[in-house]
Amino acid sequence: MRQTPSPIHIPSNSKSLSPTVFWKLVEEIPRPLHIALTVTSIALPLLLWWLVTRFGQIDPKFLPAPMQVVEAFGRLWGTGELLQDAIASLWRVGVGFFLASLLAIPVGILMGSFASIRALLEPLFGLMRYMPAPAFIPLLILYLGIGEEPKIMLIFIGVFFFNALMVMDTVKFVPKELIEATYMLGGSRWAVLTQVILPNVIPGILDACRINLAAAWQLVIVSELIAANEGLGRRISVAGRFLRTDEIFVGLIVIGVFGLFFDLLFQYLLRVSCRWASQVR
Amino acid sequence: MFLEIENLDKTFETRSGKLVVLKNIQMGIEQGEFIAVVGASGSGKSTLLRQIAGLDRPTRGTVRIAGQPVMGPGPDRGMVFQHYTLYPWMTVQKNAEFGLKLQGVSQKARREQASYYLEVVRLTQFAQALPKELSGGMKQRVAIARALALEPKILLLDEPFGSLDIHTKESMHEFMIDLWERTHMTFFMITHDVEEAIFLANRIYALGSRPGTVRKEMHIHLPDRSHQVKRHSRFHDYRDELMDLLRQHGQEAMMVA
Ligand SMILES: Nc1ncnc2c1ncn2[C@@H]1O[C@H](COP(=O)(O)OP(=O)(O)OP(=O)(O)O)[C@@H](O)[C@H]1O
Ligand SMILES: [Mg+2]
Repeated sequence: MRQTPSPIHIPSNSKSLSPTVFWKLVEEIPRPLHIALTVTSIALPLLLWWLVTRFGQIDPKFLPAPMQVVEAFGRLWGTGELLQDAIASLWRVGVGFFLASLLAIPVGILMGSFASIRALLEPLFGLMRYMPAPAFIPLLILYLGIGEEPKIMLIFIGVFFFNALMVMDTVKFVPKELIEATYMLGGSRWAVLTQVILPNVIPGILDACRINLAAAWQLVIVSELIAANEGLGRRISVAGRFLRTDEIFVGLIVIGVFGLFFDLLFQYLLRVSCRWASQVR
Repeated sequence: MFLEIENLDKTFETRSGKLVVLKNIQMGIEQGEFIAVVGASGSGKSTLLRQIAGLDRPTRGTVRIAGQPVMGPGPDRGMVFQHYTLYPWMTVQKNAEFGLKLQGVSQKARREQASYYLEVVRLTQFAQALPKELSGGMKQRVAIARALALEPKILLLDEPFGSLDIHTKESMHEFMIDLWERTHMTFFMITHDVEEAIFLANRIYALGSRPGTVRKEMHIHLPDRSHQVKRHSRFHDYRDELMDLLRQHGQEAMMVA
């Protein structure tokens, strides 16, 4: 038997947790506050931008005013160039990301489900993941020329390995007992894979795709900086060459808005398709 | 002999060396018996159940069911796990049907079968609810209905009522006895609740810890199975005997540790 420890001194001024609205840990905040903070998050930088350009005597070649950017947007939209650029970039992201995910999701599920396949592929994928995709550009130009193929391939490389590894990780979090319970109900390995693991990892897969779509957007811009006739990245680099700073801003903002749109789309998909998981996340 | 466990040992390789969890377990269980296994936390009860389920292989010895050695998990043994194992994306109804679906039973037949067992566990009202909307005890009842729907020859239960309040627990006990009398199913139930074991089982195995061995096998003979029987003097004798045994072995285990 061990002796009971000698009494320790606990400061007597220790008080109960004080109430707070703003600093609630993890919990939700009231909806009006949430909306106010969201609006502030966009409106405050805009206001600062406007103030700086209005009163700051700044060369518009260095920092154009918000209105000048809006005008540039109207100009580029009017000639149809902006739409053409946006479609070109969207198409590259769409094809590259779609192909990469189409392959990465099953491969990731297999890696997560079978230790054998994981042992076979994880070292290679883990290595490839740390080679920055843009570093492949010279090789891609060498192998695939300067058309659409190297651009799509760049996105593919940048998305595939990450996506496969992230999907693999979501499979690892499927509760082992859920799989064992299925065996006890007479489920085969195939049934477990398709009817237990797969539905269980759909939220994780959507989340992985959402994160990797951001990478795809970065890479399409990078690829267009090198060689392209149209695209949002191309627009920015041309604008930079002719010091049309307002058009650089148009390009950046359009890219940001597209990215945000797809992000929200994925979040929405996640919410409607996985109501059952709403307590988990 | 329906379920035979012979010279079963189970050791785990851990970082701090070999851990002997089960040692020389011998059990023989006839068809239609209600067996309860009691033992302290960590005595290896769940581990024993996993060997019978076929989810794990014994280090030594064999488990036989109806003469056939257990080689792996299968639907001839229904299992209710210690933790909740419902499929969170399926409704209660779909959960209860899932085993039948895996067996290729037609949609209509499996709906009827599952509905019947949901009624048995008194959850018909919640058939369309998702597991996250259920309390712990309700989840466990769905798991029981899911296992029963396959009408297995033996039901393995790992502390199924551990999280239930006393009244729900009593009604589950009545339900278990009723079920046991109607079907000719064999029950193999793990519990740390000594009274629960005496009330339900016709035979009790008490496991001692480190390593887990059968310390005592006890036949239960009670006049009937009403709740009044818990006031019967024989019930108290059984309880005291088991409690003393577990207490004594609990102390021994602490000394070893
Ligand atoms: N896979 C494993 N690897 C190593 N040790 C294990 C493993 N599974 C169980 N053990 C050990 O075996 C012992 C018995 O565990 P088990 O889960 O069977 O106990 P139990 O009797 O079911 O306890 P409880 O009543 O708390 O559920 C514990 O000491 C545990 O640490
Ligand atoms: Mg246990």
